[in-house]
Amino acid sequence: MTARTLFAKVWDSHVVHRLPDGPELLYVDLHLVHEVTSPQAFEGLRLAGRGVRRPELTVATVDHNVPTDDRTRPIADTLAARQVGALTANAREFGIELFDLASPRQGIVHVIGPELGLTQPGMVIVCGDSHTSTHGAFGALAFGIGTSEVEHVLATQCLVVMRPKTMEVRFEGAPAPGVTAKDLILALIGRIGTAGATGHVIEYTGAAIRGLSVEGRMTVCNMSIEAGARAGMIAPDDRTFDYLQGRPRAPAGERFTRAVARWRRLCTDDGAAYDSRITLDAASLGPQVTWGTNPGMVADITGRVPDPAGIAIAAEREAVERALAYMDLRPGTPLEGLAIDRVFLGSCTNARIEDLRSAAGVVRGRRVAERVRALVVPGSQQVKAQAEAEGLDRVFREAGFEWRNSGCSMCLGMNPDILASGERCAATSNRNFEGRQGRGGRTHLMSPAMAAAAGIAGHLVDIRRWT
Amino acid sequence: MTPFVRHEGRVAALPRVNVDTDQIVPKQFLKRIERTGFAPVLFHDWRYRADGSLDPAFELNRPAAAGATVLLAGANFGCGSSREHAVWALSEYGFRVVIAESFADIFYANCCQNGLLAVRLVPGEMRELFARHARAAGDYDVVVDLEAQTVVDDAGFRATFSIAPYHREMLLRGLDEIGRTLLEEAHIATYERTRETGNGKGESW
Repeated sequence: MTARTLFAKVWDSHVVHRLPDGPELLYVDLHLVHEVTSPQAFEGLRLAGRGVRRPELTVATVDHNVPTDDRTRPIADTLAARQVGALTANAREFGIELFDLASPRQGIVHVIGPELGLTQPGMVIVCGDSHTSTHGAFGALAFGIGTSEVEHVLATQCLVVMRPKTMEVRFEGAPAPGVTAKDLILALIGRIGTAGATGHVIEYTGAAIRGLSVEGRMTVCNMSIEAGARAGMIAPDDRTFDYLQGRPRAPAGERFTRAVARWRRLCTDDGAAYDSRITLDAASLGPQVTWGTNPGMVADITGRVPDPAGIAIAAEREAVERALAYMDLRPGTPLEGLAIDRVFLGSCTNARIEDLRSAAGVVRGRRVAERVRALVVPGSQQVKAQAEAEGLDRVFREAGFEWRNSGCSMCLGMNPDILASGERCAATSNRNFEGRQGRGGRTHLMSPAMAAAAGIAGHLVDIRRWT
Repeated sequence: MTPFVRHEGRVAALPRVNVDTDQIVPKQFLKRIERTGFAPVLFHDWRYRADGSLDPAFELNRPAAAGATVLLAGANFGCGSSREHAVWALSEYGFRVVIAESFADIFYANCCQNGLLAVRLVPGEMRELFARHARAAGDYDVVVDLEAQTVVDDAGFRATFSIAPYHREMLLRGLDEIGRTLLEEAHIATYERTRETGNGKGESW
């Protein structure tokens, strides 16, 4: 057999049928559903008199618009309540398992999938959410789809997809202390841009990736979409298998042993060709911070706000000028020392237990700067419970952070957690688009430790010099 | 889905790169459970000032852009969130075609699902279209022909574009993709049988 990439192995094993004129009908092993991108899909099924083909391969939760404060009261936002209610009714009508607000398993869809052991190597996983790429950290092929495609998967358990190209992103060397998975992926996006991997599935390789925890790998794969990639993947290894063992929905006992034997073959064969490749030296990277209005507008914390005057291409120059005006930044300003108003520790990118531990280590025994309002939103109720068992909630509360229930929260501000116009936020989330966290809000993306330190100092700091 | 064969219409230009779907439909409007009602909030934070009034400086608010059905956009249009609401909003506003150098993958797929034709042209052709639109002070129309795969104006501009035959056929005939896939029931059932027994393709890697 010819040498194949990890991507090709997963793709080929899921091709149901090759359609005339190019695309392939791909089978979906796991379909994750949330309240915002699914109501129109279920309505479409009803209008066409169709059912859900494989409800047992479909799992739903509420995360995008839910409040993160008191859960004993009904949702105050009537539109959000209606959307959550629609998912509850749809799940019941079509026989789909739902982790609702009352469930101790509720959380951000891309946090609970792995946490439950639903996410497994070699699967094809889809969800009406672009950050579905997160699940690729397990050697699954996982990507976001639109609502019409959600309806298509509900009805057929398949998706019509053009075979994407492949890109190897190799991170060599070992990152310096203080340089995290978030910094690796931000550096990549800074290098290749927000469309650098459009049409491609990225496979992350190299010593720095192998050295990451499974949680760190999720952070890397999560932001693949911010480089334009269809998906990101990492070959599973012993860390992956250890993570999965004992999870509620992972295979158990003899079945687990057999599964691991199969999963071990999920790697790119020697001599397999990628359509493109790029290598970055992880050892040379510092902590990364975004300064602009897309994740590719990023620099080392020791860097400065760029000067658009030096950019030759008009469209790029105008984009930077526009970004600096929105962000209220002057060219040449050092990033370190930039004053902030808010801290957001959360999102499917960086709200797993390791992220909270890392941030708690920075804030322990200190106080948030006087003018800063800081929020911790655990990625799931399980993460929240684990953090509380470790006493991290106390560390955060004593430092002046608000300690919330799980949800997407201020990553996209669909719930009441938003920035006021003009506020500057150190955020662990994934998008610094205009208005993303609230109209007029200014987002700087960074790692959990960097965001926590910024909250204490009241301005951006270099975590490597934090004592 | 409404078939798309050929369309002649007014051009509006939005010469910005990396326009993300958060700009096309901001998140505060994603709580609707219908596919409709998004036209009024298209490009909301750019289109309206904070006090709710129209911002006359925004490209779509210019008088010449009234009634536009063809949007000229910068590279990597539709990046970011997978929200199909962005495509619903563009369609409901009246756009039948978006022309750009490149599109984000999920946005492009969403366009195909909704009969909104996303046309990719090379940078030189995009520059020329933007220039012609500017020279005409926005009083500019084009004809987009999906059968011929061309974009032309009445002053000599002519560009051809490529599109996957599958997508072209889907758009030309306004096909329901789910109905199309259900014709492959035998293949799906066969796959599921082999998958179920553990002897199938699912273990072929």
